[in-house]
Amino acid sequence: MNEYLFEYVVHLADDALILGHRNSEWCGHGPVLEQDIAITNISLDLIGQARNFFQYAAEIKGGDTTEDSLAYLRDVREFRNCLLVEQQNGDWGKTILRQFFMSNYQQLLYSRLENSFDRQIAAICEKALKEVTYHLKWSSEWVIRLGDGTDESHARMINAIDELWTYTGELFIPAGYEAKALESGLAPDITALKNDWLNRVALVFEEAKLPVPTAGFAQTGGKQGMHTEYLGYILAEMQYLQRTYPASKW
Amino acid sequence: MMDKKILDILSHVADPEVPVLSVVDLGIIRDVVSHADGSLEVLITPTYTGCPAMDMIATNIRMELLANGYQQPKITTVLSPAWTTDWMSEEGKLKLKEYGIAPPLPKQQVCKQELFAEEAIQCPRCNSHHTRRVSEFGSTACKAQYQCLDCKEPFDYFKCH
Repeated sequence: MNEYLFEYVVHLADDALILGHRNSEWCGHGPVLEQDIAITNISLDLIGQARNFFQYAAEIKGGDTTEDSLAYLRDVREFRNCLLVEQQNGDWGKTILRQFFMSNYQQLLYSRLENSFDRQIAAICEKALKEVTYHLKWSSEWVIRLGDGTDESHARMINAIDELWTYTGELFIPAGYEAKALESGLAPDITALKNDWLNRVALVFEEAKLPVPTAGFAQTGGKQGMHTEYLGYILAEMQYLQRTYPASKW
Repeated sequence: MMDKKILDILSHVADPEVPVLSVVDLGIIRDVVSHADGSLEVLITPTYTGCPAMDMIATNIRMELLANGYQQPKITTVLSPAWTTDWMSEEGKLKLKEYGIAPPLPKQQVCKQELFAEEAIQCPRCNSHHTRRVSEFGSTACKAQYQCLDCKEPFDYFKCH
């Protein structure tokens, strides 16, 4: 088995799965019906993308591994998602901002990966790119609507930036498997995506009348399995059924 | 060129979420392969990655082929090239409109990335272009919500993808 490839694909899957799960927590709790439907539709796209990556990872691993065993039977330290996606939903503004940061990143990453020599990764990303581009547009509009909205919504966005900014740096610091994926020519240099990402943040924030933070400190570790306290709670809920009733099926 | 006889059979398989469209209208049948051993393989592609109807569509295609005497048909999902609404048949677009869902605009006109850009979507009931978008998302992954500002009717738009 190709160890770095497996870990790299699991990383892509975990980012999509955990953000999808977080968004799904809004189901039935959205601020208005239309946006409840919007955020849960985004969940559906992300969980669909996670499934595709997990199926591929299971194929690489072979043996008894399945997409379900990867999602439901791994423990916290085996997850390779970045810290940003596991952060709590907070208010609508924080959820929107997290989505904007992540969609912005995924859009840049997938638009490179759709040309990867790995045909399966390329195909999954070609498909997913259309979806994340739509998410990026939707979340950008919401950042502007809230940032340049009322005093209250503006203050909440400032608060959200304070809470989330420190987790964005990790996106552009390669983990071991990302460095190996770059070395082999499979994946792009993620450090080189940072400028495009920042430029887009600056563009949207300017319109939203929000300041772009200058602080550079980045919380890291998620991509290596060192997570914030929140991931365990997500997994406890997500994996409860398979842990309690192993191998149960619909 | 795909086997017309098979396509005719598959045109009886409806999309479970938009039952007025067949899987052929939707443009998700990518190929039909007759293997040397006599078995049949149908290649399908998802509309959206997370579309929950895909498993049911695959099952329904299998059932329809079995009912027509094809032994052990194989249904394979392919992701690339990615599905686009440009693959929807013209007949399918007419059926959608009659059903009350505005059909997707041709891709080159829309899928605009600029923020807050709204497409001029025609109301499927009164044909007015004087409509507004209520939400980019709707009751299924493939739809957005609109409202006609003339006849006031809310309606679904099968969004360009």
